[in-house]
Amino acid sequence: MTNTHDRPGSAGGADESGQLHGGPDDDYTPEQLGAMDRTELDRLGARYDGVEVLHVEPAAPAGSALEKKNTRLVTNWFLLAALFALAFLVVYAGSGWFLPDWEWSVGSSTWSSIYTPLLGLTFGASMIAVGIALVLYVKKLLPHETAVQDKHDGSHFDRVTTGATLLSGLHNSGLPRRKALKGALGLLAAAFGAMLIAPLGGFLKNPNTGNPLGTTPWADGLRMLRDDGTPVRPGDQEPGSLETVFPAVEGGNTAYDAAVMLIRLRPEQLTNLTIPEGQEGYGYGDYVAYSKICTHAGCPVSLYEQETSRILCPCHQSQFDVTDGAKPIFGPATRSLPQLPITVDDEGYFVARGDFPEPVGPSYWNMGRLG
Amino acid sequence: MATNTAPGPGEPTTLAGKAAFEVDDRLIVAGPVRRTLNKVFPDHWSFLLGEIALYSFMVLLLSGTYLTFFYDASMTEVVYEGSYAPLRGLDVSAAFASTLDISFDVRGGLLMRQMHHWAALLFVASIVVHLLRIFFTGAFRRPRETNWFIGIGLLVLALLEGFAGYTLPDDLLSGGGLRIFSAVFLSIPVIGTWVYFTVFGGDFPGEVIIGRLYILHVLIIPAILLALIALHLLILVKQKHTQFPGAGRTEHNVVGNRLFPTFAAKATGLLFIVFGLCAALGGLVQINPIWLLGPYNPAQVTAGSQPDWYIGFVDGGARIFPPWEIVLWGYHIPPVLWGALGIPGVMFGALALYPILERKLTGDTASHHLLQRPRDVPVRTSLGAMAITAYVVLWISGGNDLIADKFDISLNAMTWFGRIGFLVLPPIAYWATYRLCLGLEKHDREVLEHGIETGVIRRMPSGEFIEVHQPLGPVDAHGHGQLAYGGASVPKKMNQVGGARRAVRGFFKPIEAPADVQRQAELEARGLEAEQASRELTRSGRPSEGGRPQDPRD
Repeated sequence: MTNTHDRPGSAGGADESGQLHGGPDDDYTPEQLGAMDRTELDRLGARYDGVEVLHVEPAAPAGSALEKKNTRLVTNWFLLAALFALAFLVVYAGSGWFLPDWEWSVGSSTWSSIYTPLLGLTFGASMIAVGIALVLYVKKLLPHETAVQDKHDGSHFDRVTTGATLLSGLHNSGLPRRKALKGALGLLAAAFGAMLIAPLGGFLKNPNTGNPLGTTPWADGLRMLRDDGTPVRPGDQEPGSLETVFPAVEGGNTAYDAAVMLIRLRPEQLTNLTIPEGQEGYGYGDYVAYSKICTHAGCPVSLYEQETSRILCPCHQSQFDVTDGAKPIFGPATRSLPQLPITVDDEGYFVARGDFPEPVGPSYWNMGRLG
Repeated sequence: MATNTAPGPGEPTTLAGKAAFEVDDRLIVAGPVRRTLNKVFPDHWSFLLGEIALYSFMVLLLSGTYLTFFYDASMTEVVYEGSYAPLRGLDVSAAFASTLDISFDVRGGLLMRQMHHWAALLFVASIVVHLLRIFFTGAFRRPRETNWFIGIGLLVLALLEGFAGYTLPDDLLSGGGLRIFSAVFLSIPVIGTWVYFTVFGGDFPGEVIIGRLYILHVLIIPAILLALIALHLLILVKQKHTQFPGAGRTEHNVVGNRLFPTFAAKATGLLFIVFGLCAALGGLVQINPIWLLGPYNPAQVTAGSQPDWYIGFVDGGARIFPPWEIVLWGYHIPPVLWGALGIPGVMFGALALYPILERKLTGDTASHHLLQRPRDVPVRTSLGAMAITAYVVLWISGGNDLIADKFDISLNAMTWFGRIGFLVLPPIAYWATYRLCLGLEKHDREVLEHGIETGVIRRMPSGEFIEVHQPLGPVDAHGHGQLAYGGASVPKKMNQVGGARRAVRGFFKPIEAPADVQRQAELEARGLEAEQASRELTRSGRPSEGGRPQDPRD
């Protein structure tokens, strides 16, 4: 240690750490520590951390048959892990080199179909073997130590002194007294916060301009096309069958709200047919067309059971009766599937006579109040 | 300070020791490192559940980062030209095509994709089981409410993260799920259509949703998860672990293993096992085969569509909720709001508020570091069983079409089972659990009073037969035990109190001398007696103090 005070910037005084930096180094000299063995030092440090080692059950004695057996066990698990890791490398890198190609294709070799399973097996087995080896290491080769550590409650001294530091800072700032300054800061916080979140406005889109939720691509005179783009004639379908059709517009078969079920009713269904009010003449002969989009959560209702005239939505099991205006008869749906008015054009193909009279798909707050 | 040339007393002589001193000269870390290594962790299997969640999150980060290098979060339509012949030539989104490429054209890509998916399932599952452990043992009580709230936040984020993740392939199954979500957004009163247009950037499905979900899935939610996990662990370390009551365990200590080496080795072992399990599942068990499902098409759906397990209860709620649409002055509130948003909202809300409710109802505002056995808090345990029952009914209802199909039950009957079961089964579960708790607790007290059943029948001189009981401690004049129940596990079998001799180890031939084993057992038995004597088992009459020693440090 030097006590010279002639260094630049030094204001004099002892250039040593002060009292506050004391601690265990004052309690134990290097000589005392040097005289202790490793276990004593370990326990001493632990005591400083509030940890007392209560009980040590020693591991199997070195050189004993039990120790040899346990060591062999752990060693073998680590070896197994290494072997599986090597096997992974062989499978991963060897495929397409000295092993068959890994790329899978329909009808390709067995190797490509067990390639991923083999990778998973070797990778997983290697990792699990390491895990087992580590756990066995602890259980079989380490002494079993039971330690106890103190749990402290908060210190009253710390709370009071910290509080005093914070409060004196606040007092010195004068904020509690300076009402106008405080008001300005409050306004700033509000305006600043609003300014920071304002750019989220870029996400907003008005759902009410042009009533996009209440309209679909269907329009008067649009032909009904199958998914492959071919038009449909009245004679194409057997009675009791269902065909999914789309409007003859660009992207008509990918629009989420345009899919329509064109159903040809059987004669006995026709005799029981109930036509809802306002939808008279929407069908054509023994054909009716309903929106395929479920009025519950928007899934395509796809399962048609012609014996019971029911259409089932596979998502939440709403059921609709096609002989009763596609009214929901079971499940969570509340509204009938909208019916599309249809007719046949000059060339004998099915066309729509306009858009759906009501919004398609799930209900929403201001449904039917626009346009 | 001048450097000594010759090592002083206690100075290191080895190279590693010198290097460590050099490091500590600069960073002064020896103290904190020692404190960390000495930290004591309680030893109980149920404390590893949260660790499984942490490790599966690590698997998710690693495998997920790998996947980002190959995945293209774009809804642009491309013609699929990859290796999978049945879909070649089809118009698909770039997201779908790149996911197929990961599965078929990246070496080991399918393993990574499936490992990621399995790890996600395990992540949510381990969070849920961890949460149940915390709930049923009362570990959420003061001072750990904050960590409970963070945990609930983590669970909700994990669900959202999982949903965003399995939507990214843009396949038929996930597209249908997204469509249902859009309906849930639409169902929100007043602002529903605005939320829907804001999320999808216009009408469903639009062109942006996959890209938006991607940035949520790989940056925003993981960053929040990571920050919350860090906070969760920091608070845990700061507050120290809880522990089950038992010999030597008090409200003011933690009994267990030090971090180094025992706990660290065990925890690392568990990390490897979790990682290995995800990898093995990822390779051996197919999950989400999007090539069989095909690209999303709003006009198509597969029968028997199922979301990942953790979304199932939301789907179940939507399925069983009755068709009640509220129409007020021409404005609609559709039932999907209650089923898919209301039920989860109530569930997570109740979970989050539970610690506050329990504090209010029981008036217990004290700090607790010792856990409770579920049987000792019958009301809480029964409430938990009730909630689990309601959840399971919803979850089963989420797959009611599959159950109806496989077991040839009417689909409508399954829906009615869900509707009625959701209301009727939880109260029954409450009652049954309550009885079970009381019965278990009664049996514990019985064993403490009368001792363990030995199975030995003795004939008395009078001709009477009695079963001999082994008392667990000193008995009074009537032969009744004087131990008070202290909330710790009570041994019920003779083997648990050393009734059976320890087996001599060795598989083919003994590797221990039987005499040594016998001597060791005797020593241990003496140790047990000594330990029993030091416990304050018999002196205290108060149940809260029974079986626990006085705090040795105060």
